Amino acid sequence: MKQEFTITVYTENQIGLLNRIAIIFSRRKINIESLNTSPSESEGIHRFTIVINETEDVVRKLCRQIEKQVEVLKAYYNTEDEIVWQELAMYKVSTEAIAEKVKVERLLREYGARAVVIRKDYTVFETSGHREETDRLVKFLEPYGLIEFVRSARVAIIKSSHGFHEKLKEFEQTEPGEEVIENVYLSKQAEVFTM
Amino acid sequence: METILTAPKNIAASTPGNTTNISGSQAVLEAFIAEGIDTIFGYPGGAIMPIYDALYDYNKELTHILVRHEQGAIHAAQGYARSSGRTGVVFATSGPGATNLVTGLADAMIDSTPLVCVTGQVFAHLLGTDAFQEVDVINITTPITKWNYQVTDATEIPHVLAKAFYIARTGRPGPVLIDITKNAQLQKFDYEGYKKCEHIRSYRPKPIIRKEFIEKAAQLINEAKKPFVLFGQGVILGKAENEFKAFIEKANLPAAWTLLGLSALPTDHPLNVGMLGMHGNYGPNVLTNECDVLIAVGMRFDDRVTGRLDKYAKQAKVIHLDIDPAEIDKNVQTTVAVWGDCKETLPMLTKLIQPNQNKVWIDKFSEFAQKEYDVVIHEELNPRTDIMTMGEVIKTLNELTNGNAIIVTDVGQHQMVACRYAKFNQSKSNITSGGAGTMGFGLPAAIGAKYGAPNRTVVAITGDGGFQMTLQELGTIMQFNVDVKILILNNRFLGMVRQWQQLFNDKRYSFVDITSPDFVQLAKAYHIEANSIDKRKDLKNALQTMLNHNGSYLLEVMVGKENNVFPMVPQGCSVAEIRLQ
Repeated sequence: MKQEFTITVYTENQIGLLNRIAIIFSRRKINIESLNTSPSESEGIHRFTIVINETEDVVRKLCRQIEKQVEVLKAYYNTEDEIVWQELAMYKVSTEAIAEKVKVERLLREYGARAVVIRKDYTVFETSGHREETDRLVKFLEPYGLIEFVRSARVAIIKSSHGFHEKLKEFEQTEPGEEVIENVYLSKQAEVFTM
Repeated sequence: METILTAPKNIAASTPGNTTNISGSQAVLEAFIAEGIDTIFGYPGGAIMPIYDALYDYNKELTHILVRHEQGAIHAAQGYARSSGRTGVVFATSGPGATNLVTGLADAMIDSTPLVCVTGQVFAHLLGTDAFQEVDVINITTPITKWNYQVTDATEIPHVLAKAFYIARTGRPGPVLIDITKNAQLQKFDYEGYKKCEHIRSYRPKPIIRKEFIEKAAQLINEAKKPFVLFGQGVILGKAENEFKAFIEKANLPAAWTLLGLSALPTDHPLNVGMLGMHGNYGPNVLTNECDVLIAVGMRFDDRVTGRLDKYAKQAKVIHLDIDPAEIDKNVQTTVAVWGDCKETLPMLTKLIQPNQNKVWIDKFSEFAQKEYDVVIHEELNPRTDIMTMGEVIKTLNELTNGNAIIVTDVGQHQMVACRYAKFNQSKSNITSGGAGTMGFGLPAAIGAKYGAPNRTVVAITGDGGFQMTLQELGTIMQFNVDVKILILNNRFLGMVRQWQQLFNDKRYSFVDITSPDFVQLAKAYHIEANSIDKRKDLKNALQTMLNHNGSYLLEVMVGKENNVFPMVPQGCSVAEIRLQ
């Protein structure tokens, strides 16, 4: 069954890597619903957050293909209930319309919105949250003439992750020594470090 | 960590910390020398001229083979890599020079061949301006390289090339392309010597070996009544032929090969039960669906091996040994995955398995082999008609070479027949385009194979179709006196497509009727000795003359026009539904 998966990829920061990762999806005719790249908690390591709709079997294979790329350190995949995620949205509306007809205070409270810019001619609100939350504000503002709307890619934190630092140390060993062969991940097939 | 520093040419060994001023181009060649490269296949052009200018001074250390087309260069480098077990190196210029490498890169990628290709590129300030011979080669080659990188500054060259060689040859090998802008080739910089790359933070060439999975695998093998081993090129790439032999011999495990695994185990080894897949042997295909434990070593369950996947070895527990974690569970669900280099994992496994006779089970392979011999092989090797078959040509060649030659094939019917019937005594002797199925591969790959193994006889077996795709490389053979024996099995058809049209398209022979030039005259125009025969009585002598000839030789053998390759697993069928006729 297809469902939404969030893929988190730890990589080097190198030109062309975005393409290398993107074509793993396009080659298999899989649409990327959302993609974000940013620094990670580890210095010099970048983090991709990719959202797709696919079956778990396909997603697992995709992650292996992603990890196979030389500059990729690790790829994880998670379902929605395994992550905490947010998207940021911005809304530009006419100040006149909004000031006259909308109870701005209610807007700010109910939707957790913030006014980023207030000018005579327009106001920009910003809010963050799940898709339904940002969509709700779109619906609300539409009747007043929404001049511009934009939503960011998803950013996500993995609930069960203990961070990448420790794994990175293990990763950086040139040759896996005895202690690595006997490491704690050995008993956990799903969590084992495959690279 | 051992580091290897080499001083640049013509300069006395410098003490650490000393630098010398050299150009980016020189740095490229210094890297090659430090990596032990002696042969380059290439073709010059505007954007790679500075490297070729530097090469002029390195003609003692580096042999450059001027091909006739860049595709020829990369296939030659593949042949070199496959016959020598070393990394093949290619030079090409920007634009069309680089795009001509694409087929070879795709071929090397899917067949895991270690290559380092260096392409010239326009000046960095011209990138993105649609300059003359500018092509975005990095993005074109991204899906068909293990790694690629564009160099715009000469100071990057030593460590980028070190990385390139390291990535190309380690782990699951593959092609790497380094695109160097002309300014970087010309730029002088303070060179501190060459340091081999031994570690990349984000790259783990060998997965961690997990002992408990080896134990589990051994247990499955020990409990098996009908164990069956499939082996692929991973055994050859891992240089694990002896480890593999020890493994199957200890418990008498029958072993069948994929197209690229061929020659890893001698043909007449008693446990070698033959070839897998679409045109493989009868027993290995049928018994895949009868074995109880399937042990796959360094192979990737290609669709030409498995046939219909949902009916593939469903009854069996599957053990998969592979160095590439992405191959595990990709096509066939494994019961036990043994990640790692099979050079290390096979001995660990051998230690834990118990001797076993498996006699009844092995006899079953012999029964199927006998049936296949009676229905297919006997007639193919000893035809009753006057028309020659491809199989009998290979059989006669076997008698004359005793299985000691390197056989390079092109793609099509002759490839399947050559791989089915050619005899091999040693590894790295079968060079063919497997995953990509690149027609035109044979001739240039044979040139490279000869440079990779100069003391061995190299026979390029090719068809009339594939030969015409890259026959310009006869020019290379002529110029460099490359001792390659070219054996064209001419059936005056694009035979494999014709066979499919006959079997599945009601004999609608759509554009498979191919005419050929006079190959003997053609060869002679290149000053290559040649002969053409169409009678059985001439076959042995003609082959002997070819093999005895001092230097390159072309022999054309006219074979049956409408012969088919059997057995065959029709597309979309299970391996058990293999047809003998």
